Amino acid sequence: MTNNLRVKSSKFIDETYKISFKFNNKTYYGYKGDTLASALLANNIHLVGRSFKYHRPRGIMTAGSEEPNAIVQLHKNTSRTEPNVRATEIEIYEGLEASSQNCWPSVNFDIGGINNFLSPVLPAGFYYKTFMWPASFWEKYEYFIRKSAGLGISPMEPDPDIYEHKYIHCDVLVIGAGISGIIAAKTSAKNGFKTLLLDEKPYLGGSTIYQNLEHFKINNQISSSWLEKEINEIKKIDNLEIKTRTSVAAFHGYNFLLARENLTDHLPLHQRDGKVRHRLLKIRAKKVISATGSLERPLVFDNNDRPGILLSSAIEKYSNLFGVACGQKNVLFTNNDSAYETAISLFQKGINIEAIIDNRENVDSKLVNEIEKNNIKIYKGYTVVNTFGYKRINKISIMQLSKDGQKVVGSKISIDCDCLGMSGGWTPAVHLFTQSGGKLKFRDDDQVFIPDTYPSDQISIGSCNGEFTLDEILSSISKKLKDFLNIKKTEYENLEIQSHFNKTKRNIWLLPSDKIIGKTKPFVDYQNDATAKDIKLALREGFRSIEHVKRYTTTGMGTDQGKLGNMHALGIISETAGSRMGELGTTTFRPPYTPLTFGTIVGRNVGEYFDVSRKTPIHDWHVKNKAKFENVGQWKRAWFYPKENESMHEAVQRESKAARDSAGILDASTLGKIDIQGTDASEFLNRVYTNAWSKLAIGKCRYGLMLNEDGMVYDDGVTTRLDENHYIMTTTTGGAATVLGKLEDYLQTEWPELDVYLTSVTDHYATISVCGPNSKKIISKVIPNLDLSDKKFPHMSFKNTKIDKVKCRVMRISFTGEQSYEINVQANYGKSVWDKCMQAGKEFNITPYGTETMHLLRAEKGFIIVGQDTDATMTPIDLQMDWIVSKKKYDFIGKRSLYRSDTIREDRKQLIGLITENPKEVLEEGAQIVLDASKSPVEMLGHVTSSYYSPNLEKSIALGVVKGGKNMIGQKLIIPMENKQINVTVTDPVFLDKENKRLNA
Amino acid sequence: MFLIHCPYCGEREQSEFKAGGEAHIVRPKQPTELSDDQWAEYLFMRKNIKGVQFERWVHTHGCRKWFNMVRDTSNDEIKAIYKMGEKPPTKYK
Repeated sequence: MTNNLRVKSSKFIDETYKISFKFNNKTYYGYKGDTLASALLANNIHLVGRSFKYHRPRGIMTAGSEEPNAIVQLHKNTSRTEPNVRATEIEIYEGLEASSQNCWPSVNFDIGGINNFLSPVLPAGFYYKTFMWPASFWEKYEYFIRKSAGLGISPMEPDPDIYEHKYIHCDVLVIGAGISGIIAAKTSAKNGFKTLLLDEKPYLGGSTIYQNLEHFKINNQISSSWLEKEINEIKKIDNLEIKTRTSVAAFHGYNFLLARENLTDHLPLHQRDGKVRHRLLKIRAKKVISATGSLERPLVFDNNDRPGILLSSAIEKYSNLFGVACGQKNVLFTNNDSAYETAISLFQKGINIEAIIDNRENVDSKLVNEIEKNNIKIYKGYTVVNTFGYKRINKISIMQLSKDGQKVVGSKISIDCDCLGMSGGWTPAVHLFTQSGGKLKFRDDDQVFIPDTYPSDQISIGSCNGEFTLDEILSSISKKLKDFLNIKKTEYENLEIQSHFNKTKRNIWLLPSDKIIGKTKPFVDYQNDATAKDIKLALREGFRSIEHVKRYTTTGMGTDQGKLGNMHALGIISETAGSRMGELGTTTFRPPYTPLTFGTIVGRNVGEYFDVSRKTPIHDWHVKNKAKFENVGQWKRAWFYPKENESMHEAVQRESKAARDSAGILDASTLGKIDIQGTDASEFLNRVYTNAWSKLAIGKCRYGLMLNEDGMVYDDGVTTRLDENHYIMTTTTGGAATVLGKLEDYLQTEWPELDVYLTSVTDHYATISVCGPNSKKIISKVIPNLDLSDKKFPHMSFKNTKIDKVKCRVMRISFTGEQSYEINVQANYGKSVWDKCMQAGKEFNITPYGTETMHLLRAEKGFIIVGQDTDATMTPIDLQMDWIVSKKKYDFIGKRSLYRSDTIREDRKQLIGLITENPKEVLEEGAQIVLDASKSPVEMLGHVTSSYYSPNLEKSIALGVVKGGKNMIGQKLIIPMENKQINVTVTDPVFLDKENKRLNA
Repeated sequence: MFLIHCPYCGEREQSEFKAGGEAHIVRPKQPTELSDDQWAEYLFMRKNIKGVQFERWVHTHGCRKWFNMVRDTSNDEIKAIYKMGEKPPTKYK
């Protein structure tokens, strides 16, 4: 165990609770409270990964969710493996196994590292430019490029964890539990608002909670002690809910937010089974208070990416919170006072500081004075110009900045070090604010974007609002909360604040070097290996929009979305292009703030819960009788019923033959059913169907076609007149909901004067259709009292009757062309009526058939299926169904469109039948139809819409749509396939029983 | 995702509703009298404004009632909601 970098016990680390974990297959130890990053640093490990493009060695840079480099793969080769996990966020647990990504064979020796030496020929846009020619070669290049790119490895097995979604409604949501968030949550809850406080970290208090300097005091107590008491108090408030390890992913309009609550990622694997891993919170808040804090900026100089280079604030956090020294020879590099806070913290813990490099020339600050008092060397007005050391920084060289900060002057000084902390000032974390639609303004003083206008009832407080010092935050927070929450007073009105922070900053986006820029590597986006050089190149090549430069250089496009470097990219662009920062705007911040797992997004909607499935009352019988099912909308419909080893084709041929030779039975319960009542019901049907309805006698059924207002066929089905003012309409299975919606639309918005009521009754009835020459005999056994004579009960009529004591409606309608009866019975009797029919039909070999046979049988009769033989471009005329379009009716939906110049064209695609030259050859649905395939370009005349082998006709039949097809009966056409051409002849679409004799057979 | 105040059910999530395009387009009483151009004007031409727009919405997964909404499409602010048949508020015209 080499825990030699633990410096002093920290109250956040439990040194009595030792945890072993593996990193790159080697075992290490840490303590409860450690993150993977802090435990690795305690073991003196900085090198954790390789960069994306150049495969440069990279180390831990930050101590939070903004980490660009230290991303690892967890539990490789297991079902729980996860790529791109930030080592700075994952808490260690017994048995944790992490490994480096993006390197082969190992992080210490990585073949891809050769890209670093090739980097002069790998500038921004290299891949775009190089692999453009010849275009046909892209497929070959792609394989190798895809292989060398990519970060971690996706899991290959199903996810063993459980995820869920939860809705939360609250009066006030506070995002971030730093000092501002704690004060806001306490004030809100104590004033009676139902309050929710969220923080992504496992502890409360933000960065103030480990701030132990005498320089920052509230009411004469060190700021962390003061805050600790506040935290202890808020934990006792009833109407305040606090969730840690919960990161807000998205802030949408109307104060709708998504957050991910992490429940088990910090537990050993064996403790996770059966528990919810991540919970997606869908939050509706009346008011939102953003206290999301700020992110420290790195500095941009040559080789600013070596392992051992961290943000100054991260070094402070590792030492104060985790009790870990990041190095033994520390150097800090800064342009503001923040690094001095770190320096004093380190000094007080006895951690060695070699020197501080400060861009500023003259600073009068109590923090700086204290460092000087302790004889730590400060190089004022200096900058780092280069760093050395391949897998860990070992030396830096520094030079003096010119007065204007554009150049370096004087001679180079070398300083040995093993850790370099950098501080470029702070960037408010405004990501969520802008997601919500908030507009930013640019503050020139310290070069930051801060919230300007709010799109909803929300405010930003603390450092995410550009208030970076304790006195700035605390002197204004009380008034802000009073105004926002509309309350009279808070307990934070007269705080006594001591804050020794000098706000002077010397902001230089790209620090000058003694070398020309082409010879340097000043990284802006660490994860995607984009340098200041790449950004300047993009500008030279003519890119001006920040969004274009982003995409060309990939700056800000990694899993960290450029949380560290985006501001520098903007700064370098505006300096180079000579524009003002504020005018340039920013790139768009998109959700999620930090990556979400797919499980979180999907929640419980996996496997059979992916979508609702609707089952008929006879479903269990189909399952028992080995039906194969197909999905029609959300319905599970029996597709065919294979016997023993029958193939689908064999089963469908058998079923189709049986239905025409003797009897078939179909579960048609899924057809949409709409109950229509009211004194204007007939008039309503007249307006929505193309044919006439007023004269339909009670007890009669009629087939109807429904159009859109543009004249195109929308749905079809049989409607029955049950009584003077009472109809039942059937729709296609898939169209039921949209048809009802459309009818309601017309009724409510165009014809509110009509007295009509629509009710969906699809699920209320089971529908059993018995067809075939023996159907009459079967029904007479099932319902002996019903007179089935053709005279009393002709085709297209209906009877109210009873089976035993159960009321039912029997319709004599046919979609197969056979004589058939459709029994509609209250859903819960469906199964028993089905059984009765099966029993009665036994002597006639009654054969259950599924949707495939139904489709085949109707195709033999040339009946269309809306959505298969039609798309949204077919009029009834195109379908050769002129007979169903009333000439007498003054108006119906779509009528006027039937004689627009486009719909009366002779050469529209029209429905026809197709017979193949070889009767055994079955066409492919969707195949193109042409006249002549030899002339290029080949003119496409149409396509095949339905195609089957008909066992009843003993030949292949097909329906299709062909330009001007109506006038092409007898014409020979060609179906060109990949390896052959199939000769077909155009026919009438009705193949069987044109005279409809079978309906009364 | 915004909140919509259904005039029949009260405030509900947007996911319960469906948008139905521009409001106050009346179906011609005598379509047969119209020229192709006039019919096409009714059938196809819709406004797509950045700013205040009059729209039809339906509470699909609720009461199934249609109603009208005045919405600023640039920020999704709902200015007014009123029932079918009611006069549109004049101040947004």
